[in-house]
Amino acid sequence: MNGSGPDADIVVSSRVRLARNLRDLPFPYLATNSQLEAVLERVRRALGQEALAPYRFTWIPMDELDEIDKRVLVEKHLISPLLAEEARKGAVAISEDERISIMVNEEDHLRIQVLFPGLQLAEAWQLASRIDDALEAALNYAFHERRGYLTACPTNVGTGIRASVMVHLPALVMTQQVGRILTAIHQVGLVVRGLYGEGSEALGNLFQISNQITLGRSEEDILENLHGVVKQVIEHERTARRSLLETNRLKLEDRLSRSFGILSHARIIESKEAIQRLSDVRLGVDLGLFRGVTPATLNELTVMTQPGFLQRWAGQALTPEQRDERRARLIRERLNRAAGGES
Amino acid sequence: MMCQECGQRPATLHFTKIVNGDKTEFHLCERCAREKGELIPGMSNTFSIHNLLSGLMNFDVPTHTGHPAQALRCNVCGLTYTQFSKTGRFGCPACYEAFDAHLEPLFRRLHGATAHTGKVPARAGGVMRLARELERLKAELKQAVAREEFERAAQLRDRIRQLEAQIDHA
Repeated sequence: MNGSGPDADIVVSSRVRLARNLRDLPFPYLATNSQLEAVLERVRRALGQEALAPYRFTWIPMDELDEIDKRVLVEKHLISPLLAEEARKGAVAISEDERISIMVNEEDHLRIQVLFPGLQLAEAWQLASRIDDALEAALNYAFHERRGYLTACPTNVGTGIRASVMVHLPALVMTQQVGRILTAIHQVGLVVRGLYGEGSEALGNLFQISNQITLGRSEEDILENLHGVVKQVIEHERTARRSLLETNRLKLEDRLSRSFGILSHARIIESKEAIQRLSDVRLGVDLGLFRGVTPATLNELTVMTQPGFLQRWAGQALTPEQRDERRARLIRERLNRAAGGES
Repeated sequence: MMCQECGQRPATLHFTKIVNGDKTEFHLCERCAREKGELIPGMSNTFSIHNLLSGLMNFDVPTHTGHPAQALRCNVCGLTYTQFSKTGRFGCPACYEAFDAHLEPLFRRLHGATAHTGKVPARAGGVMRLARELERLKAELKQAVAREEFERAAQLRDRIRQLEAQIDHA
């Protein structure tokens, strides 16, 4: 994510995922290894079509990756923890620009996922649907006239679509309005989760808002509903930021600058503190407080300071203590370079 | 007891993981548990959605079919309705047909609706469209025969054969 895109000061990314299955094979959790291999083979052949050539997909079987490589893909949101940890005979096809990833043998045979920076739900859906059409030209999907696309879990049946938007809401958290707004979001059929989806904590004031209903509404309706709600959340966050600046500018600037100071000088930092401080710096950047630091640098750091990336950067497995030291060094170097200072 | 990961801090979190009957016990301090959690993001709740679903299914409610749901079994993958209601997951696409009579309330609770109104795939949708066209033509043929419009009936019969062949090859 390069930190660009519409409403990028608040919306980090937009994602659309489509769950699809082949008609004549059991869902992955019940399939035999040879049935899973048949899925891999068919999807791989379908990916070879001319219509998909421009995306330059790389095919990656999960069993060819070590734990650190898998972790890196999870941290980049290109695969799910489920595919990394539990899938037998799983694979992923990733487009050259990393906007599209197609997971094979996750909970469903296929999970087509498109990730765009900023608020671009319609764009993400159009691209996902194009990829879906191209794959369907070569694969027999499980589709039922009345129930739509058939999925392993009844929560995905119908459109099979899960659209989600990752938003950064520091001012709503600081002004303690976030709980009220998130409750309202639940009431209109949407779900709010932390950074890594289901059950995870909202670290660094990052929240994922996604649709829950997949049956009985069209994809366009589902996306419009989500888009409308996210637009309102964006407005609330902007209002909260303005009011913080008006009533508490000095205190706010002090807090954000302290976080910048810690990140650009610390020698040891735990990931939880890092992500919280990065949230402060991101707000500072959005408010024009720090020169030279861009949202792209911050997005990069948010991903790069996670355990998988740090270990790949080091080229070896690291203890938590070693990771804290490397994390601090990486952040220090990047921030000071961006701000034009010494590291 | 000390944390088995770092060996430095007291273990405050204790949990047991059972995979295929193999039991592993973990004793961790909060710090290491968090680090482990970071290594396996989202791990803690992987199964929660399915557990919740199983609560929504209340499968022993008698239904209009007169057959107890527990006796149902998908004849393609062998999954029973009882298994489905425990795991919250279908075994294969055919399960949707096998358990059809019991799914309406579940879908209504989950989605507030029971019928798909979204995208239709070109191929499956194509056959669907052809099948609908076929039904329409057959009805028209019946009427043509009844009205003794044999020329029109012959045309319709040829078109029906064409369509049937298309559907067979799709």
